[in-house]
Amino acid sequence: MPSTTDPRTRRLSRAGHDSSVDSAHGGARDHAPAPAHPAPAPDGAQTGDGTVRLIDADGVRHPDAAYDRWVEDVDHAALRELYEDMVVVRRIDTEATALQRQGQLALWPPLLGQEAAQIGSARALETDDFVFSSYREHGVAHVRGIAGADLLRVWRGVTGAGWDPHEARMAPMQVIIGAQALHAVGYAVGILADQETDERGEAPGSGATAGAAPTEAVISYFGDGATSQGDVAEAFTFASTWTAPVVFFCQNNQWAISEPVSLQSKVPLVERARGYGMPGVRVDGNDVLAVLAVTREALHRARTGGGPTFIEAVTYRRGPHTTADDPTRYRTSAEIEHWEARDPVSRVATHLRSEGALDDDGEARVQAAADAVAAELRAGVTTIADPSWQDVFADVYAEPHAELEAERDAYARYLDGFATTEGGGR
Amino acid sequence: MTTQTLTLAQGLNAGLRQALADDDHVVLLGEDIGALGGVFRVTDGLQREFGPRRVVDTPLAESGILGTAIGMSYRGYRPVVEIQFDGFVYVAFDQIVSQVAKMHARTRGKVPMPITIRIPVAGGIGAAEHHSESPETYFVHTAGLRVVSVSNPQDASTVLRQAIACDDPVIFFEPKRLYHVKGEVDAAVDLADAPPMSAAHVVRPGRDVTVVSWGSHVATAIDAAEAMADDGASVEVIDLRSLSPWDADAVAESVRRTGRLVVVHEGPRQVGVGAEICATVTERCFEHLEAPPVRVTGHDVPYPPAKLEGHHVPDLDRVCFGIDQVLGRVPLDVPTVTRTAQEVAA
Repeated sequence: MPSTTDPRTRRLSRAGHDSSVDSAHGGARDHAPAPAHPAPAPDGAQTGDGTVRLIDADGVRHPDAAYDRWVEDVDHAALRELYEDMVVVRRIDTEATALQRQGQLALWPPLLGQEAAQIGSARALETDDFVFSSYREHGVAHVRGIAGADLLRVWRGVTGAGWDPHEARMAPMQVIIGAQALHAVGYAVGILADQETDERGEAPGSGATAGAAPTEAVISYFGDGATSQGDVAEAFTFASTWTAPVVFFCQNNQWAISEPVSLQSKVPLVERARGYGMPGVRVDGNDVLAVLAVTREALHRARTGGGPTFIEAVTYRRGPHTTADDPTRYRTSAEIEHWEARDPVSRVATHLRSEGALDDDGEARVQAAADAVAAELRAGVTTIADPSWQDVFADVYAEPHAELEAERDAYARYLDGFATTEGGGR
Repeated sequence: MTTQTLTLAQGLNAGLRQALADDDHVVLLGEDIGALGGVFRVTDGLQREFGPRRVVDTPLAESGILGTAIGMSYRGYRPVVEIQFDGFVYVAFDQIVSQVAKMHARTRGKVPMPITIRIPVAGGIGAAEHHSESPETYFVHTAGLRVVSVSNPQDASTVLRQAIACDDPVIFFEPKRLYHVKGEVDAAVDLADAPPMSAAHVVRPGRDVTVVSWGSHVATAIDAAEAMADDGASVEVIDLRSLSPWDADAVAESVRRTGRLVVVHEGPRQVGVGAEICATVTERCFEHLEAPPVRVTGHDVPYPPAKLEGHHVPDLDRVCFGIDQVLGRVPLDVPTVTRTAQEVAA
C-alpha cells in the first residue's frame, strides 16, 4: 500500500502530474465511431485501445511499464487470496440465486462475470475509505466484511439497509441509478473540509492530520447505464472542479437490463473523463490484477491531492439483470460464450498453476472455503427475523414526531381490535 | 436580550451566522452564495467571515448540490442548502424525495440527514416564469421531511437556527415578497427557550372565524382580520409556521371556539395543504362547525405571467370574501350536485 517509500508515491511526487493522465487520455486514441455494440478488447496485453491488462484470458502475465509497479507487492500468495475472494463471491452469488429460486429471497441481482472488477477494486481500498455502491456489488460488500444475513436482509425484503454503513464503511446499496455518485462526492468534500478544520486546529477531524493530504478516499460504483444519468454527470463536475478525493468506478458490463452500452454512449465510456478534466483509465474488468493496479493508482491520486479518477472496467454481466429478468430475449448465447472464454476466475487459476502456485489440493481448499461461506449464507437466512408492524413507523424521523406517533398508535388500536374479537391481533 | 431592526433577509443572515458560529459542522452550499451573498443577499458576508470551505459556491446543478449535501451528512456535517428559486428545486426532487427523506428510515436510524433546504418561495413580486412557485405540497406529502415557512424576521432567524439544529431534513420556505419586511430581531435567542419549530402561533385572537395561513399570507390574513373587524366580525389569525408536521391541536382548539375555518395559501387548491387542514378539522371539530371550511388559494393553473398574478395570488379582498362565506354573508359558490344517479352511472 502507498507509503512515503513507495515507488508509486515517489513517481507521483516527482512527476507532479500523474503519467496516467496521458495514458488515460491515450485510452481514447481511437476516435472512430464506436461500433453498434462495442467489441471486447482483443486479448493479450497489447490491447491496442489503451485498455490496461496484466493477466490475459489465457492466464498469461504480461509486463506493463505503467502499472506493474502498482502491484509489485502482489506475490503468488496475494494473488491466491484474490483468486479465493473471487471463488467465494461467485459461490455467494450462486447460493443467493438458489435461495431466491427457493423463495427465501424476493430478488437477487447476480454478479456472475464481474468478480474481478469488484474484488480487484475493493481490495485496493484501505479500511477507512468509504464505499457508495449500486445494488450488484456483493463482492465489494464481502471484502468490506459484510457477510451472512447482512448480505441478504435487503433482498429478503425486511429492511432498506442490511448493515451499519458507518461500521462497514459502505453505504447501503443504491437503487436509483447513479444517485450514489453524488453522495460519494459529498463525502469526499467532507474529507477535505475535515482537513481544513484540522489545519485551523479548531475541531477534531476524522483522521486527517494538519497540513497533510487527505488520508481517506471514497469510491463510487455504478454501471454503464448510470453514465447516462444527470447525477453522474453532475458528480463528475463537482468532483473535478473541487478536486475531491473520489474514484468513480464504472463496471461497464455491457448491458443495462436489455439496453446495450451503445445506447448509452457513442464513444468508449472512458472518454467521458476528458471533458471533465479528470483522468480516465480503461481496464480489463475481468483481470483482477489490472483492476487492483488501476484502482490503487486512482486512490493514491485521490489521497495526494490529485482529485477524482474515472475508471471504466470492461466486463460482462453473464447472468440476468436480476432473478426477475430473462436475458434470452435480448442477447445471444454466442455472446455469452465469448465472455465465458474470458472468465475472470479461471484465468487466475490458470496463471497460478502455470507458476506452480496452485494445485488440485489448493483449488479444493479454496472451493471448500467457498462452500463454507455459502453454508454460512444459507444459515444466515434463517436467522433473519421478520420485521414487526411497528417497524413500518420506525426511524422515519430522527427526532420525536407526535403526529406520526399518533398515527402509529391509532393503527395499534385497530390491530388490537382483532385481538379482542378474534383472539388474534398483533 | 438585545434586539435590532432587521429585514427578513437580514434575520436569515443573522440566523445563519449564529448557526455557523455555534457548530463547526454547519456548512452552506448553493449557487452564488459566496462573493455575491446570494441573489437575495441572504448569505451576505458569510463567506468572507467563515471561509470558502464553509460557505461554498457550487456548480449550477441542484441535484448535485443535494447529492453532495447527503454525502457530507454521512461525514457528519450539517449542510444548509440554498436553492436559488422555488422553480429550480424540481431538478433536485429525486435526491430530496428518494434519498434525503428516506435515508434515516432506510438505514434504521444509523445515518441521519440533518440538511436544511432553504427555498425562496411564492410570487407577488412580478418575477419571470419558475420564480414564483409554491411547491409545499410535494414536500409535505413526503414522509421523512419537515416543512416550515416563516412570516417575520424573528422567526426567520430563530426557526432557521432550529431547522439547522434539527437532526431531520427540513424544507425551509422563505417568502420572497417578505425579504425586505422589517421587524425586531433577537438573533441570539436561546433555542432551548424558543417555542418548538412545529408550534403554530395565534398572531391575532378572535371569536368568530379562524383564518389559518403561513409565510407571506399571514400578513394578508391580518389585514383581512382588521378589515372584517370594521365589518363586525372578530377574526382569529393563526400563523401555522410548520406545514409538516402541522399543529392540528392549535387549529382545532381555535375552530372549536370560532366554529368557522378559512385556510389561505398561494399554492394550487387541489390536494393543497389547505385540503389536509380542512379534512382534519372536519374530523376533529365536526360538531363545532357552523359552516363548511373554506379554502382561499391559488388556482389550479401554472403560475401565471406577472401581469396576471393579481388574479392568482390570494389578496385582501379574496380572503375577506372567504371569511364572508363562512359567516354566511355570501354564498359558498361551490358546485351542487348537477347529475342524477342514473347520469353518473351512465
